[in-house]
Amino acid sequence: MKTLYWLVKREFWEHRGGFIWTPVITGSIFLLMTVLTIITGEVLGHHSQMFHMNGVNGNWDIGRNANAESMKQFGVALDMMMCVSAAIVLGIAAIVIFFYCLGSLYDDRRDKSIMFWQSLPIANWKTVVSKVLSAVFIAPAIAAVLGVAAGIVMILTTASVAAFHGLNLWTTLASAHPVALVLNIVGLIPLYALCALPTIGWLMLCSAWARSKPFLWAFIIPLAGWFAVWWLHLLGTPGLSAQWFFSHVAARMLFAVAPGNWLGFVDSTGIPDEDVFGHLSLLHNYTALGSGELWLGVLAGAAMLAGAIWLRRWRDEA
Amino acid sequence: MNAVVNANGLSKRYKNTLALDNVSFQIPSGRIVGLIGPNGAGKTTALKAILGLTDFQGHLNVLGMDPRTERDRLMEEVCFIADVAVLPRWIRVHEAIDFVANVHPRFNRAKCEAFLARTKLTSGQRVRQMSKGMIVQLHLALVMAIDAKLLVLDEPTLGLDILYRKQFYQNLLEDYFDENKTIIVTTHQVEEIEHILTDLMFIRDGKIVLNTDMEAMGERFAEVLVNADMAATARQLKPLDERQVFGKSIFLFDGVDQTQLQALGEIRRPSVSDLFVATMKGTYA
Repeated sequence: MKTLYWLVKREFWEHRGGFIWTPVITGSIFLLMTVLTIITGEVLGHHSQMFHMNGVNGNWDIGRNANAESMKQFGVALDMMMCVSAAIVLGIAAIVIFFYCLGSLYDDRRDKSIMFWQSLPIANWKTVVSKVLSAVFIAPAIAAVLGVAAGIVMILTTASVAAFHGLNLWTTLASAHPVALVLNIVGLIPLYALCALPTIGWLMLCSAWARSKPFLWAFIIPLAGWFAVWWLHLLGTPGLSAQWFFSHVAARMLFAVAPGNWLGFVDSTGIPDEDVFGHLSLLHNYTALGSGELWLGVLAGAAMLAGAIWLRRWRDEA
Repeated sequence: MNAVVNANGLSKRYKNTLALDNVSFQIPSGRIVGLIGPNGAGKTTALKAILGLTDFQGHLNVLGMDPRTERDRLMEEVCFIADVAVLPRWIRVHEAIDFVANVHPRFNRAKCEAFLARTKLTSGQRVRQMSKGMIVQLHLALVMAIDAKLLVLDEPTLGLDILYRKQFYQNLLEDYFDENKTIIVTTHQVEEIEHILTDLMFIRDGKIVLNTDMEAMGERFAEVLVNADMAATARQLKPLDERQVFGKSIFLFDGVDQTQLQALGEIRRPSVSDLFVATMKGTYA
């Protein structure tokens, strides 16, 4: 247990740039774009006298004047803003995770530092598991928290700008739910982890196996499979569908680290778009566990990881 | 017998080449063994087999364990430095110490820090900012703080300047080695480790061609400086090697009676490198 903890810590040390700085920079760019949008609005608004029309210029306290219903709507809008921010940061984190997995068992073989790690009494399965844990828990959790944090800063910025125009939004901020949002997103990470396993397994298998260019192998093999299925179908082999193969095999091998990877396994019809917490509901999303295909993916992922562990132990470089 | 390494009929075949050809040897505890051979002779393969990093045929026992199946436990008692500069480039000195201290049950942190205090390394320094010599200093500090029974060194000083090389072996001898520890070292810089070795193993084309302790080597092999007039007599004794220096001939004899040789000229103990060159004659031909 202690070894595993330090192995995960090691991954964190090595990939601080990807795990922390990438979400921070993504969030910052998102914020910057919001600020630029506000400035544009200000400048254009100033020219067209938008904020002074009808002679309204004074202390508007939306919070005081609003009724319960419109307060709720404000809350939804704010939650949505945070959600979008988190989604963008998580989306970028997915790319980081993709390349992290691809390099996880390859980079240290290339720069020979594997010789150092192998001189320590660490079982190979622990090394591989620590990398999987970093990819499916540590990186998404950090990104989720930082993404929502960026969303909060954005809301505060918006409220401050509004205050300049005499609009008091501060009281409405209380109707947002940042903590619940973070808890929900973090609560969904285990589900995300399960659904990401086919891609994680595949990428790490390529990473452990490839003598060079793991990226190329990781893409070529599923795409070649897709092409082969398409071709066999063309020749008239019954029961083959290239489209099915792509969405259920090739895409699951390559793109299942994207956020919301479980959405294909849950039925979200009937939940209105603006119901943020309805979409994020743990109870609702975890119904995905009833899907056989999800578990098939988990099984395939675990098998590929077992292969990666074996290769890590016995891959002979000479 | 308390052999640290016990190999019997060890073979390893890569696609077309036989890297180890039915090799048998024993390494007792408390020795410093030089495993010396030309490039591609099978040194690294032998070390890899001992470290459980490669599969092989035959029987191999390291500290009572099979390196293939009990590697994780074995590595608690075995350390190795394979080549220079294999420390990950991103790691900082204090991270490396923290990590090894927490995953290795036999690591002594105070010892490691005391050793590093004698170097110019600073705790926040990254490996990528270090020179090759400094990387080896860090690696050696980490390894020397581990109370292992067997230390394997595969070309540990390749590419280092002479100051670092001398210091490396001096540190090993003074601060690390004792009768409970065993060191196996491969290197091409034979002259520099000659005086610290207790045992010598020559390997060529996957076979052990010489396996002796240094004392026995001095008794078995002799180098004789012979005047030109005696050279023909000397040649009749079937020397391993002959070379000319300042009009005199230097002959290298294997197992010839010392009294017989004294008649020919001045006897001295051959250097390991001369012996190596004589033994490996024709390797690359």
